[in-house]
Amino acid sequence: MSSSRGLNLTLKIWRQPGPNARGEFRTYEMKNISPDMSFLEMLDVLNEQLIQKKEEPVAFDHDCREGICGMCSLMINGQAHGPDRATTTCQLHMRRFSDGDTIVIEPWRAEAFPVIRDLATDRAAFDRIITAGGYVSVNTGNAQDANCLPVGRDRQEKSMAAAACIGCGACVAACKNASAMLFVSAKVSQLALLPQGEPERARRVTRMVAQMDKEGFGGCTNTYECEAACPAEVSVSNIARLNREYLRAVVVSEEGV
Amino acid sequence: MAEGHATTNQGSSRLQSNAPTGDITTGWDRHKFDLKLVNPSNKRKFNIIVVGTGLAGASAAASLAELGYNVKAFCFQDSPRRAHSIAAQGGINAAKNYCNDGDSVWRLFYDTVKGGDFRARESNVYRLASVSTNIIDQCVAQGVPFQRDYGGLLANRSFGGAQVSRTFYARGQTGQQLLLGAYSALMRQVDLGKVKLFARREMLDLIKVDGVARGIVVRNLVTGEFESHTGDAVLLATGGYGNVFYLSTNAKGCNVTAAWRCHKRGAFFANPCFTQIHPTCIPVSGDHQSKLTLMSESLRNDGRVWVPKRPGDARPANEIPDDDRDYFLERRYAAFGNLVPRDVASRAAKKACDEGFGVGETKLSVYLDFRDTIKRDGAAVVKGKYGNLFQMYAKITGEDPYSTPMRIYPAVHYTMGGLWVDYNLQTTIPGLYCLGEANFSDHGANRLGASALMQGLADGYFVIPYTIGHHLATSKLPKIADDHPDVRGAVEAAKARVAKLLGIQGSRSVESFHRALGKIMWEKCGMARNDAGLKIAEQEIAALRHEFWNNVRVMGTGEAFNQNLEHAGRVADFLEFGELLVHDALTREESCGGHFREEHQTDENEAKRNDADFCHAAAWEYTGGHDSFTGEKEQLHKEPLEFENVHLTTRSYRE
Repeated sequence: MSSSRGLNLTLKIWRQPGPNARGEFRTYEMKNISPDMSFLEMLDVLNEQLIQKKEEPVAFDHDCREGICGMCSLMINGQAHGPDRATTTCQLHMRRFSDGDTIVIEPWRAEAFPVIRDLATDRAAFDRIITAGGYVSVNTGNAQDANCLPVGRDRQEKSMAAAACIGCGACVAACKNASAMLFVSAKVSQLALLPQGEPERARRVTRMVAQMDKEGFGGCTNTYECEAACPAEVSVSNIARLNREYLRAVVVSEEGV
Repeated sequence: MAEGHATTNQGSSRLQSNAPTGDITTGWDRHKFDLKLVNPSNKRKFNIIVVGTGLAGASAAASLAELGYNVKAFCFQDSPRRAHSIAAQGGINAAKNYCNDGDSVWRLFYDTVKGGDFRARESNVYRLASVSTNIIDQCVAQGVPFQRDYGGLLANRSFGGAQVSRTFYARGQTGQQLLLGAYSALMRQVDLGKVKLFARREMLDLIKVDGVARGIVVRNLVTGEFESHTGDAVLLATGGYGNVFYLSTNAKGCNVTAAWRCHKRGAFFANPCFTQIHPTCIPVSGDHQSKLTLMSESLRNDGRVWVPKRPGDARPANEIPDDDRDYFLERRYAAFGNLVPRDVASRAAKKACDEGFGVGETKLSVYLDFRDTIKRDGAAVVKGKYGNLFQMYAKITGEDPYSTPMRIYPAVHYTMGGLWVDYNLQTTIPGLYCLGEANFSDHGANRLGASALMQGLADGYFVIPYTIGHHLATSKLPKIADDHPDVRGAVEAAKARVAKLLGIQGSRSVESFHRALGKIMWEKCGMARNDAGLKIAEQEIAALRHEFWNNVRVMGTGEAFNQNLEHAGRVADFLEFGELLVHDALTREESCGGHFREEHQTDENEAKRNDADFCHAAAWEYTGGHDSFTGEKEQLHKEPLEFENVHLTTRSYRE
């Protein structure tokens, strides 16, 4: 594709040297950016230019660059992962922007995701929530033949749709309360919909919700920004299921939680 | 033939495969019985270090912790769930024969040995095929939402190199679901206190005491601090080295550093030239390209690969009638058609482009066309099967694959080579094990689709839990103090190297060195290789490496989060490793699987193996550096490969 359509852009990027250092926005002018570049490739170009000028490159998390690992983040003009629905920052392409645009780039904004440096944040809180119960207790070697446990196709597809969560944290970043309900509900739903998840259903949801609260995530007030920001299109109906699961666990469960 | 090796046709005495002999179908059972056990109450006395948390690492760490061992798990990403296994799309093979179409353990074994072009160890492959069925059971029990039919039972699809449907899948994101399954098992052990997790840590060296692997040195990537961790065994599950080509389908962080550091401490590196070029990737769009994106091989179930019969045909694809199209895979390989193995499909696409038939602006792509399937089954069915892949393609290219054919071109994807391991997955360093893509053992010269996930999980769930006990039960493993001279020495060496990188203060960026290395590798050691090109590549890499150590500019300090420094360390290792890869390609004077030497091809441009001279795994021993400038060479050791069950034949997918 042609590069004659090059874009000139102004970037305003959050720079913060360390977790406890004071941060500020810095402005960078970018010339002749190819519309075929991904957003992160555009930042690569910026970093090469900064290194040439002996300035510190911008730190940002990224890895697979194909939208599945969940490592990339960024608030782009105030939107988690930028303007496109169902798209991670690494899959956002510069053809989405226009010549002369100003783009504001910030890290995820949530108390539970402290900044490490510049645009990189610490999302270990998500790992701790999964540790609290986002699993089926089955040791290696315990399993029966896979087809002994039929799962209706609709149920499997609903479970898969929840399991598609990539753990990026966009739901938290997009939420005015920095709530992690969509993330937690995705794992709770995936396993609540499957027979494999049944024995630990009550314990799982109560422990995961307790950990979520402990990490400092906010509550859900049903604004659905999380769903709009989610690159994996995880539905807010999972939050409804999480609430039902929680209620079931604390009111009627005989699991002894 | 490059000179300077002690080469014999007998196997090296340093390479004892420890594989069971006799009836291959009972070999693994007999071997397990012969392995010493660690009794349950003693297991908690042993500490195991696992580096990498992809399918192999996470499954191993979880399974070992379940047995009662104390495990420390390390990854360079911010969470174990990010490991690049997550990006595998298409599926995982297992010989379940749920489709009643003639599959069996024996057939999966046969297909894998043949698909690997007879350069894998038979005993390992048989074991892999036989545990494949347990993997599916285990993953389903964890809650992995595999695709199902309306009756609630598991669905299958077919993949390249096989004529049966044995691939299990979860949409186009099977790797993600399997990894999240292994990750959940791992996090459960974190919850139970049996696994201690260390994220954002990069392994920089191996600690060896009295010749045995006893620990690792890592750098905390957030604070920059160096840490040493000691234990009774070290498991590397650190993935492949495809990023030596710069552009590949690997994640940006994938690297060879952990494996290479172990190689420099004495672990032999086997068959580095066996690299897989995947045929269905999205073509390069410009110089800014930072990585390549794969489109799952499963697309070749329904997509038809073609180029125009007339070079430079400027008509839009949809206006080119069938008579003017060359469906070159269907034409050349009647029996397998669009589902030939990856190496065959990639070379055919390259040949079409080299001869001027390529399409798109760069002329470096071929069409993958779903027109006929959409006509037959409807767009909704195609969307159901491949929706997320089509969406990804549209996002990256800005083109709609429902209305215009996809354009694809091969890209570096997987590396079959890796640290040499015996049947127990132990490297040539006692106590150092290597699992998953990081080892060399099961795929020979070419890996079949949907077999990487199978191997990673086989190694982690069903092999290492048995084999590691033997080492622990039969070795003397005194406790290593943190101030042991060998621990201190490894830490100091790692610190010195980081200081050296930061001290060069040259004028050229790390990124530019990496791109330059990738260009050399791709052009001279990519899909086709020849003697003259490889010799030039060796010289060019050596020159680039010398320039790197004199002129690289690494920004920032070592005492902070510094991604530029991380990249510099990885590129420094790729610059050493790349030359060994090229040298291995030069030394292997035959074509097999993904290794295509232009001098060795049949009249029909197919790979021509040389079984008389090269039916072996080439394992390289580090002997102080490999450098075309100084003439230093690594020492070559050979493990002869014997094929008693799948007889050596010329691989054919034509009839």
